[in-house]
Amino acid sequence: MNTGLAVAELFWEPFARNEFMRNALLASALVSVICAIAGTYVVLRGLSFVGDALAHGVIPGIALALLFGVPGVVGAVIGAAVMMGGVSVITSRVRLSADTAIGLLFVGMLSLGVIITSRSTSFVGDITRILFGELLGVDTTDLAWQAGVLVVVAVIAFVAHRPFVLMSLDDGLARTSGFSVRFFHGLMLTMVAMAVVGSFQLVGTLLVLGLLVAPAATGALLARRVSTMMLVASVCGVVSSYVGLFTSYHFDVAAGASIVFTSVYLFVVVAVLTIPRRLRGTSELPHQHEHAH
Amino acid sequence: MNYTSHSIAASRLDVGYGLHRVVREIDLRTQGGDLIALIGTNGSGKSTLLKTLAGMLPALHGEVSVLGTRPGEAPKRVAFLPQHPVSSHTLPLRARDIVAMGRYAHLGLFKRAGSTDREIVERTMQRTGASEFADKPLREMSGGQQQRTHLAQVLAREAEVLLLDEPTAGLDIAGKAAVAEVIATERARGVTVVLATHDLADAASATAVMLLAQRVVAFGPPSQALSDQNVRECFGFTQPH
Repeated sequence: MNTGLAVAELFWEPFARNEFMRNALLASALVSVICAIAGTYVVLRGLSFVGDALAHGVIPGIALALLFGVPGVVGAVIGAAVMMGGVSVITSRVRLSADTAIGLLFVGMLSLGVIITSRSTSFVGDITRILFGELLGVDTTDLAWQAGVLVVVAVIAFVAHRPFVLMSLDDGLARTSGFSVRFFHGLMLTMVAMAVVGSFQLVGTLLVLGLLVAPAATGALLARRVSTMMLVASVCGVVSSYVGLFTSYHFDVAAGASIVFTSVYLFVVVAVLTIPRRLRGTSELPHQHEHAH
Repeated sequence: MNYTSHSIAASRLDVGYGLHRVVREIDLRTQGGDLIALIGTNGSGKSTLLKTLAGMLPALHGEVSVLGTRPGEAPKRVAFLPQHPVSSHTLPLRARDIVAMGRYAHLGLFKRAGSTDREIVERTMQRTGASEFADKPLREMSGGQQQRTHLAQVLAREAEVLLLDEPTAGLDIAGKAAVAEVIATERARGVTVVLATHDLADAASATAVMLLAQRVVAFGPPSQALSDQNVRECFGFTQPH
């Protein structure tokens, strides 16, 4: 009994002792759920590259905000809006393959961000904060902001669930079911942008894609339903947050990167463990279904 | 179901993509219960015409109406089965979830699926044989099982016009027979079916056949339209009798 308590204490100790660790855990749990919801559709609709581009598109906005002493989030929102506008113009008007055009836009925004940041006197500190986040500096205002983002992302996913699922299967199916693909694609990008803006403070713009994609991809391997995929992704995100923070505390390594690394590692483990099941699934043997009516 | 006017009406319709007109000058009139078979090789314009009728491509010239409205404006009453529907391997959807999506046109964003919707889903899955693997996820289904699932989804809309692009692709003999039975039952309900196919046998029971080769080669009752000369012009060879 005492040993059990001692073990529990060992695992909770970093969080019991330090408020910044508790805030970091709470913030990363909130962000895990935000990214699980948005990331599910990023994975289903194949928007990983667009998500990555959005994550880097916010950099010039944040850099400008820091230069003018405005909260970074304000700049990130503006940066995300510009990037989303760029992505939608490119995907509808430019006669280049979307990945080439989005790739160019993304490095263009990234370099602009570095140029703006290089005007700042604390260049190295600023760019490091933008790219790798500041997980251990989270305060209650940040938590409130992240809770707000979670509510908005959850409402969007709830309201637009049907067109989002139809579009994941086939855009044409969504259109012939009476849903505007242009509108709901825009809404999905907005949701992804909100997840990026809500998460970049924690793990930085370089690694935010890991939070968006890795837990959702793990969910896709295990789940048979979209709602289960979101649930699995949330659990994976929260577990990775805890493991990452715990590791970071005891081994004195970067917190945000530890979380992202754990979530990717978790994906690899699940992918390897589910190989036999996937091989079974692709063999064409007829088998009775296990559903109980 | 009685229509006072035509279920599909097209006159001097040009279909295509952007500036590229694939087929020009299509004239078509259908009544409830009709089966129109579109016959032609790949690239002949069958799918382009179906997509235009479904409202996925704009008409490039001429006039077209489906159930008295512009194509795409009556999603509850028109259902489209595309060729090889895109299905990502990662999609965590079971057969019954995919079939239930056929009800979304009626349910919109917020309406809850009721017992009637669930009954329709179960019934249509039985009709195409998808009920045998109702809980199987998409990624574990064979091509034929996916096709049966997508066909059930289209039927679950309970539409008045069915636009089917090669519904028998990837199906075995039993599957093909099930599709033929489904089409016959829908026609008996007064549904207009437009069917794109490579297979001349599918066209035998049609009200009218349209032979396409980037133009309308022939259009009329099967006995007239499927003459040796027309078929040769359409496919480049004559079907053995």
